[in-house]
Amino acid sequence: MNVKFIEKRVLMDEEEMGWALRRLACEVIEDNPHLETIYIIGIRQRGDILAERIRKILKELTHWDIKLGVLDITLYRDDLTAYGPKPIIGSTYFPSPIDGEDVLLVDDVIYTGRTVRAALDEIIDYGRPSRIRLAVMVKRSGRELPIASDYTGVSVDLSKHEEVRVCLKETDGEDSVKIVEVSSESE
Amino acid sequence: MNPNRKDLLGIQDLSKEEIGEILTTAESMEEILKRPIKKAPTLRGITIANLFFEPSTRTLNSFALAEKRLSADSINLSASSSSVLKGETLLDTAKNIEAMEVDIIVIRHSTPGAPHFLANRLDASVVNAGDGCHEHPTQALLDLMTIKKKFSKIKDLEVAIIGDIKHSRVARSLILGLNKMGAKVTVCGPPTLIPQWMDPFESKVEYNFEEVLKGKNILYLLRIQKERQKESFLPSIREYIKSYCLTYEKLKKFASPDVVIMHPGPINRGVEIESRVADSEYSLILNQVITGVAIRMSILYLLSKRKIDGFND
Repeated sequence: MNVKFIEKRVLMDEEEMGWALRRLACEVIEDNPHLETIYIIGIRQRGDILAERIRKILKELTHWDIKLGVLDITLYRDDLTAYGPKPIIGSTYFPSPIDGEDVLLVDDVIYTGRTVRAALDEIIDYGRPSRIRLAVMVKRSGRELPIASDYTGVSVDLSKHEEVRVCLKETDGEDSVKIVEVSSESE
Repeated sequence: MNPNRKDLLGIQDLSKEEIGEILTTAESMEEILKRPIKKAPTLRGITIANLFFEPSTRTLNSFALAEKRLSADSINLSASSSSVLKGETLLDTAKNIEAMEVDIIVIRHSTPGAPHFLANRLDASVVNAGDGCHEHPTQALLDLMTIKKKFSKIKDLEVAIIGDIKHSRVARSLILGLNKMGAKVTVCGPPTLIPQWMDPFESKVEYNFEEVLKGKNILYLLRIQKERQKESFLPSIREYIKSYCLTYEKLKKFASPDVVIMHPGPINRGVEIESRVADSEYSLILNQVITGVAIRMSILYLLSKRKIDGFND
């Protein structure tokens, strides 16, 4: 079976992504008069980069130095023991214990909700935050679990054959959000 | 790791890339061991049987701990408390264990090739935890990881492996592993305890203990295995101590100042290693033990297989 990816359209370009992140950061400030208690945690890969960018914007706007952790959820995935090559495990890093902290979890896309489920399980294994909220760059349709984002860059309805690609300068050379169509032809 | 790999039987059939992957994964596993809650749900639903037909402290317990840390279910079976005493064959024992829906079998056996024998006849993954005088791959992998953590590399390091090379599965696996990773190995010991054919191991042989201490990065000492000394390879243990015991005095006099001491355990204080050396700042012996759990977690994770569909968030 051959899997093909056809680029359909660009949902956001660099400038639009910048604005979306800024708006998202402003919403976080609005909701949190005590911003200094926020603890940002980015989900690897890409969520950690977006988390760093949100932190930068928050620092610019408020001068608060906000704590930033990185989460690798590989060991908590629910498909880990499936056949096939094993994903490489990255490391999880928290600058300080997360007990009692007000966590803002950051990821690039929310789709089925399974990544966030895994992330919640992992965070709870590290401690007991007072609250966890979720910020994503792209919210797309297709949830398989009762999980929703609190802060959203952009929402989009897609069919099962479509996929969202969040490209970031650090990993992909450019900032953009693209929709690609996945077509599998059996030969 | 090769996705089709079912078993881990020896260092011999691992590629350099596979060894690298096991070590990298183990580094991430170590992070779990430092958490307040030292457990990840990764191997939930996987059942592992530890069949130990020879005594073991470190290997059995670090496998057991690795299984618990990754949330696998595990059972332990030792020769003295099983139907082996009633005359059940190895294959029958293993088949019965496998019939209980076990996914991975960890086996230690005094017969070389016992894990290979089972691997060819069972659907379950088989991990060799030491087979006779043949191989002990998980020990070699944890040694490689300890070395990599200490020196940030393995390539081009000078390693001396000292003691009973002939009967040591640890030495066999470690030499193969070090060769694959590009280190330079010298073996040392009384001529009766050095195998006659060293060519396949591509390592230098040195019989003079004081000479071998010079210029090495790592001194790897082996235990004199009394249980494998039925034929007399040594005139006496006292004789061995006189020539080959690593004393603090010899260490200071001949070895380079930044040398490290490793030993697979159990150590015989005062035989191959003087107490003062074992407890000195040169010793990585306890680091090896800590690394052992992470390496075994990594191996179990990489070998575990179960069919589930659909995860693409």
